[in-house]
Amino acid sequence: MAFCRAKTWFSRSFSSLSSNPLRVCVVGSGPAGFYTAEKMLKAHQGAEIDIVDRLPTPFGLVRSGVAPDHPETKIVVNQFSRVAQNDRCSFIGNVTLGSSISLSELRELYHVVVLAYGAESDRVLGIPGEDFAGIHSAREFVWWYNGHPDCKNLDPDLKSTDTAVILGQGNVALDVARILLRPTMELAKTDIASHALAALEESSIRKVYLVGRRGPVQAACTAKELREILGIKDLNVHIQESDLLKSPADEEELKNNRIQRRVYELLSKAASGPSLTSSDQRELHFVFFRKPDRFLDSGDRNGHVAGVRCEKTILKESVGSGKQIAVGTGQFEDLECGIVLKSIGYKSVPINGLPFDHHKGIVPNIQGRVLSNTTGNPTLVEEGLYVCGWLKRGPTGIIATNLYCAEETVASISEDLEQGKLPSTSSLPKPGREGLLQLLAERNVRVLSFSTWEKIDSEEKRLGSLRNKPREKLTTREELLKVTME
Amino acid sequence: MFASRLSRVGAWTVKELCKGKYKSAARMGHLYRPYSHYSQPLFKPQSETKIFQDTIFQRHNTFSTTAADNHSGEENEEEETISVSFVDKDGEEHHIRVPIGMSMLEAAHENDIELEGACEGSLACSTCHVIVMDMEYYNKLEDPTDEENDMLDLAFGLTETSRLGCQVIASPELDGMRLALPAATRNFAVDGFIPKPH
Repeated sequence: MAFCRAKTWFSRSFSSLSSNPLRVCVVGSGPAGFYTAEKMLKAHQGAEIDIVDRLPTPFGLVRSGVAPDHPETKIVVNQFSRVAQNDRCSFIGNVTLGSSISLSELRELYHVVVLAYGAESDRVLGIPGEDFAGIHSAREFVWWYNGHPDCKNLDPDLKSTDTAVILGQGNVALDVARILLRPTMELAKTDIASHALAALEESSIRKVYLVGRRGPVQAACTAKELREILGIKDLNVHIQESDLLKSPADEEELKNNRIQRRVYELLSKAASGPSLTSSDQRELHFVFFRKPDRFLDSGDRNGHVAGVRCEKTILKESVGSGKQIAVGTGQFEDLECGIVLKSIGYKSVPINGLPFDHHKGIVPNIQGRVLSNTTGNPTLVEEGLYVCGWLKRGPTGIIATNLYCAEETVASISEDLEQGKLPSTSSLPKPGREGLLQLLAERNVRVLSFSTWEKIDSEEKRLGSLRNKPREKLTTREELLKVTME
Repeated sequence: MFASRLSRVGAWTVKELCKGKYKSAARMGHLYRPYSHYSQPLFKPQSETKIFQDTIFQRHNTFSTTAADNHSGEENEEEETISVSFVDKDGEEHHIRVPIGMSMLEAAHENDIELEGACEGSLACSTCHVIVMDMEYYNKLEDPTDEENDMLDLAFGLTETSRLGCQVIASPELDGMRLALPAATRNFAVDGFIPKPH
């Protein structure tokens, strides 16, 4: 039944295709996936591109990562929607690589497979107490307030403490701090998930610590986010002037780096700014030169975090790299808190049959061409298999970084096609979309399309309009699938 | 026509707001939306910003009245335009005419020049990054705001004469300006100007 419906959806696009189109499957519908699809459509006029995602909804971190109070950053979905609406492109949702279908099956069905499924796991500190209750990764917390179905039931306890410690000082750490500290009246007008808004409205958290191993010169956040959090109404920002002292090595770092220079200037201005005094004062503390050593629990609440023991650090130059690294001094300090959010980096998830570099947390590749192992031997290329985005480069960069990343991967694909490193589509036609849908129908996988997303999109906007929000996100698979049935 | 008039008004509004007390680029940014023909914005303006939308529309009405007056008795009055050249990623030059008040981003899109604009002119990305090829023209532009500089921080291939295309608005003194798309400058230097990585 599902297959028949699917066939009708896609049948109208068949008439416009050549008899042996290049069949491409992109796994992951975030920026990396969509930029790859867009550039493939442009570079190969006969190609048919399918974008597969395990969620019913597309757009990856644009939907589930970008903060609710950053709506302009999400405008890029307009461009991605136009890609999905192209005759030669189809979004295929609710299909999980590794369970609905295997990697080898996909490689049989398509000439080119591009893995762009990002990084859905977390780096770990590997310190004692990391499994205490009350410690979450920033990724989970972000997914929670953005209504990702996987974290709907995260249920972070925001009511039994007034202090949150965030480990890390990148933009994700700042996002999380800002959501904890922003007046909920402002959050109520955004697309924040309602279960998160309700929890934040009852939150007793008034103090947030942003803890970094190194100094303000090395802070990983960028100016826009820093300027924004420093500008929150009635927020008392604490930065120790002594932390701002710069060594010659620091000056050297700043000299060559515009981003760091402007961030440092903002932090300096904030440190010397006037102190506010008003009731219900919220505080943001930037804590530098502290490395978490272990988590502490309290006597009466065993197994629940009550603080973080940090080791003071100093910076030493890492020989050869020109970078400074944090080295422990043996002096310790405790930070009391009732909730910890670890914002120390994401990590990609390996799947069966996929070469993986566990040290770097990425798929071994050269300019997007997947290599069979991690030796770096360029002759051991996995034919027809490519990567793009965080899975290729590691979990850093902004949405636009994927623009250039996709350009490189698509250039590699185009080159390989030109040089005959991939079988020509006429000598080896592949079943592509038809084959995939048939296989999934046999397995009773409920496949969703871009038009079912459009139904979800309208429903979310409609629900949002009832509450003066741009949208009210549907946060369980059941709710999402129910809308698509109507 | 409407789009360019709105752009003019938008530009004035953005400049006024930049001088004003509103620190949030977010709130300013989304007002300046030259993409009137793009799909619906994802969000409704927040109540504070409704005031500014009213301001825009007031100005627009002023322009309309003026235009109506000018048009009485005259036919086919041409919009004032300036000449701008874009050098694309392949080194090809595109000479276009840009109506006064239109942003370079919108002008590029109207002329099928491949300039990305992920946030559609809201000062929330750096994808419309362009390099002003002649220092003389760069100096004629008003200094970038903090918000634009924040986005330029992240631009790929940033140079000393880089600007965001959505923030460069056509005015008579910019006639003859040449803008390069960042990848173009990998291949050659124009008029002895070699952009230095920032």
